Amino acid sequence: MATAKGKGEAAATPKKAARKVRILVGKPGLDGHDRGAKIIARALRDAGVEVIYTGLHQTPEMIVSAAAQEDVDGIGLSILSGAHNYLFPRILQLLREKKMGDVVLFGGGIIPDDDIPKLVRKGVDRVFTPGTPIQEIVDYVNERIQPRK
Amino acid sequence: MYDRKKLAGIATRRKKWQDEELATSLRKSPPRLERFSTVSDEEIDILYTPDPLSNFDWEEDLGYPGQYPYTRGVQPTMYRGRLWTMRQFAGFGSAEDTNARFKFLFSQGQTGLSTAFHFPTLMGYDSDSPRARGEVGMCGVAVDSLKDMEILFDGIPLDKVTTSMTINGPAAMIFAMYLAVAEKQGVPFHKVGGTIQNDILKEYIAQHSWIFPPEPSMRIITDILAYCADNVPRWNTISISGYHIREAGSTAVQELAFTIADGIAYVQAGIDAGIPVDKFAPRLSYFFNAHMDFFEEIAKYRAARRMWARIMRERFHAKDENSWKLRFHTQTAGCALTAQQPMNNVVRVALQALSGVLGGTQSLHTNSMDETMALPTEQAVTVALRTQQIIAEESGVANTIDPLGGSFFVEQLTNGMEEKAMEYIRKIDEMGGMVAAIKQGYPQREVADAAFHFQRLVDAGKKRIVGLNAYRSQEDTLIPLLKIDDRVEKRQVTRTKEVRRGRDAKKARACLTALKEGSLTPNVNLMPLLVDAARGYVTLGEMCDTLRETMGVYTDPAMF
Repeated sequence: MATAKGKGEAAATPKKAARKVRILVGKPGLDGHDRGAKIIARALRDAGVEVIYTGLHQTPEMIVSAAAQEDVDGIGLSILSGAHNYLFPRILQLLREKKMGDVVLFGGGIIPDDDIPKLVRKGVDRVFTPGTPIQEIVDYVNERIQPRK
Repeated sequence: MYDRKKLAGIATRRKKWQDEELATSLRKSPPRLERFSTVSDEEIDILYTPDPLSNFDWEEDLGYPGQYPYTRGVQPTMYRGRLWTMRQFAGFGSAEDTNARFKFLFSQGQTGLSTAFHFPTLMGYDSDSPRARGEVGMCGVAVDSLKDMEILFDGIPLDKVTTSMTINGPAAMIFAMYLAVAEKQGVPFHKVGGTIQNDILKEYIAQHSWIFPPEPSMRIITDILAYCADNVPRWNTISISGYHIREAGSTAVQELAFTIADGIAYVQAGIDAGIPVDKFAPRLSYFFNAHMDFFEEIAKYRAARRMWARIMRERFHAKDENSWKLRFHTQTAGCALTAQQPMNNVVRVALQALSGVLGGTQSLHTNSMDETMALPTEQAVTVALRTQQIIAEESGVANTIDPLGGSFFVEQLTNGMEEKAMEYIRKIDEMGGMVAAIKQGYPQREVADAAFHFQRLVDAGKKRIVGLNAYRSQEDTLIPLLKIDDRVEKRQVTRTKEVRRGRDAKKARACLTALKEGSLTPNVNLMPLLVDAARGYVTLGEMCDTLRETMGVYTDPAMF
């Protein structure tokens, strides 16, 4: 697991001055496509977010345990294997079991449009589709995710 | 090749044209862009003239097709003798589903097989492993044991068809199962032809379907090299792959450089294992990406052939001409396709495929228009295959060899590609070779930096992608997508449990014990032990678990 503190102190908005937002970027499942996850991790770090990247091939249990250990405010998952309909709900379930239901779960990857409403109904906060500009994701994190109490 | 006096004159007159005519014209109508560059962000000149080619030697740098250094092609006849192999990468759901897709593709004129395995197989887990939950049959076909392989190749004569299998971490185990299927069909090993990707180094760099750490992985690879040289002489033992490096975001030069550097590492490993170079090198093949920048890609393939020929002859002193020849498969760039306006992808794929053909590829996969969203439907894959057939039969480009040879632009791009790639290779040599470079995270970092740079260019609108950051539509055309049946997982888990119950348990245990002991003994070749295990219906997960115990596992260093 790699942690990187944000370089851009000035980029953090005053409302978050108490503590920086901490985001876990995770690659659950067996797929090895990490181009997107790494770009997002780097862009969030450059925008002043504290980023923890899990690396590849994580089980849902590993992701949730890392999220608890690192006390993160949000989890961004990148899934390009088609296993999103299992992995997202499983991670949500584990978060609830650990009383971490207030951690914001978002994600992206190869996820057909038809599956998105189902994932959102189950509690995924936002699903980004291919071609999303990085800034849109950075803005989303800045606006939507606050440090947890 | 050129008269130097004349070239000097051309250089002078070119400068005059640039300073006067061009400058005047540019003052009146400024260029559309600040900077013109390839998709890899290499700057491109407004005009290419022969004067920089003063040292260019037609016979030495290009030569004739089928002759050293093979810049123009590896065969004397190229596509006049036989077209490239049309080989669509296919696999989804169960072995039955994929067998039906294979047969459909043959019925549409495909000429070779290429198998896509699901992620659990790629990572060496059985479908009933907790690690496989939700992934079974999703991104490829589920294969756990010989039973699945028998169904996958049912009705496909393995002495007549060549099969390519994208498998790396567990390449040896899946290859063993393939050989066991051939044996059951009555096909002797020396008649079996095909390819396993078996390129573990690029897994660490880009594709990330690994199991073991680099050193034991290299031992398995040299075992395969030695085993095939003696037993399966028609088998292509490693498909040294730039494709995934490029998909992970590298530039064209990085793709070329890291792939050839991987090739150098394998050849060195084979020699170090005591196999004479000419015994295994003719069976190494390559696999490149066909990205959007048409001429850059063509230059890449031409440079690759010339570099490999020179490296094999001069660095490794190979004597057999077949060791010098870089034969390669091409796949169009999945990462260049867009989810927006997906039908445009058909056009992208046609251009990419054309560059592969003009670059002299030996086989080709064309992506389907729906691949940014799902695995391809039958309809989408048919259009992709037809794209190749139209290039082959209608466009006329297959009539002559290397039609762009001699173009001032393409030759200078080819030379530049070779020079820049050789710089990378020298740097990797200085680090102690590719295994050492990977351990330092060098190629991984270079690729991640290039990917980030490109994304920034796209987001800033400096690289324009139709339908994405230019010419957007209000609503994207919807196309039908392939859905994987949820029941595949349950059925597959049941089948694998049945296989374990139905086999000779004593024999299976003995095979695993032999494998374990073999893996602890340096001079034992693991291939015969794996073939025995495959015959005895030992599952992939069992074979890999046994070797995980003795060889260890590799985990992602998680750099970003």
